[in-house]
Amino acid sequence: MAIYGTAVLAICVLIGLFIGDLLGSAIGVKANVGGVGFAMLLLIFASEFLRKRDLLPTPTKEGVHFWSAIYIPVVVAMAAQQNVVAAVKGGPAAILAGVLATVVCYALIPVVERIGKDKQLASSPVIAE
Amino acid sequence: MEKIFIDVLSKNGLLTGFAVVGLTMVVSYWISNTLTRGKLHGSAIAIMMGLGLAYVSGLFTGGQKGVADIPLLTGVGFLGGAMIRDFAITATAFGVHFDEIKKAGMSGVVSLLLGVVLSFVVGAGVAAAFGYNDAVSMATIGAGAVTYIVGPVTGAAIGASSDVMALSIAAGLIKAILVMVGSPFFAKAIGLDNPRTAMVFGGMMGTTSGVCGALAAIDPKLVPYGAMTSTFYTGLGCLMGPSVLFLATQALVG
Repeated sequence: MAIYGTAVLAICVLIGLFIGDLLGSAIGVKANVGGVGFAMLLLIFASEFLRKRDLLPTPTKEGVHFWSAIYIPVVVAMAAQQNVVAAVKGGPAAILAGVLATVVCYALIPVVERIGKDKQLASSPVIAE
Repeated sequence: MEKIFIDVLSKNGLLTGFAVVGLTMVVSYWISNTLTRGKLHGSAIAIMMGLGLAYVSGLFTGGQKGVADIPLLTGVGFLGGAMIRDFAITATAFGVHFDEIKKAGMSGVVSLLLGVVLSFVVGAGVAAAFGYNDAVSMATIGAGAVTYIVGPVTGAAIGASSDVMALSIAAGLIKAILVMVGSPFFAKAIGLDNPRTAMVFGGMMGTTSGVCGALAAIDPKLVPYGAMTSTFYTGLGCLMGPSVLFLATQALVG
């Protein structure tokens, strides 16, 4: 039944958020620390566990797939409720801080991406630079 | 009759939200296919339309929650709110291979630390350049350049004034919007087409809404990888902002 999949997903999210809140209060931060990240890891392990035991028939999967497919519309709904007026009104200081932080970090992605990739790079001639 | 119709729409807010967002998607994909011949992805257009609608609503209602401040459209706020958002983001992890995550391991961790620190330094530097040169204001605006959640969390912890808090949130919002709309154009240039780079992307940029929106437009298969690292980014920022980063700023400016 589809609800089985949705229930597994819900349980993973709840446990993940619980861990995130616990971690947040443990280190004295008023925020959820990585809750969704933990939930995702739980879901990955749970689905692998169930798949190996043949407990993941198609209808159960559908219960998760629907929510993962609805993801983009959810992001659109999220965008539609951002405080865009405040962002624009923030003036040049806010705009410049946001733009520069984005550009600098974005430009460094290929550099960071290479870290820990040495094994694959060792055999490639591109490494000479 | 009109009153009854509006009553039905506002009483069933979430359903109205599904309908409104669904229509937005139809229009966006139509624009994408006919006007840009698929060059600009439909989801990117939909996100821009969402942001545009939020701006217009903000101007008319004077509220802070975009279209969700319009009584008829509160359901859109629920659909895009924290609960459904976390639920749907987590669902994208279904079918992710754990090996891919392990492969990104070290560069994922480095990207998280470097992303938070770099954004903070750049933000604090810009703040100082604009005359906000006390440690509290610099740290708050710097934290805002990390994400718009880290900004106010940090500001509240170290006692920043409300106009500085507003600036820090604005910086974070600009970043989220820019990542969402701009990244797809440069995805090829930085090789953003595989799970590993997507994880580094999530770790460097951090803003979950920006990262997920961008990856949805680049390749929906990459969403879970970027989402995974970016959810840790805000947590790490909230942890480092009011502590290590603020203390370092204070030590520097005195």
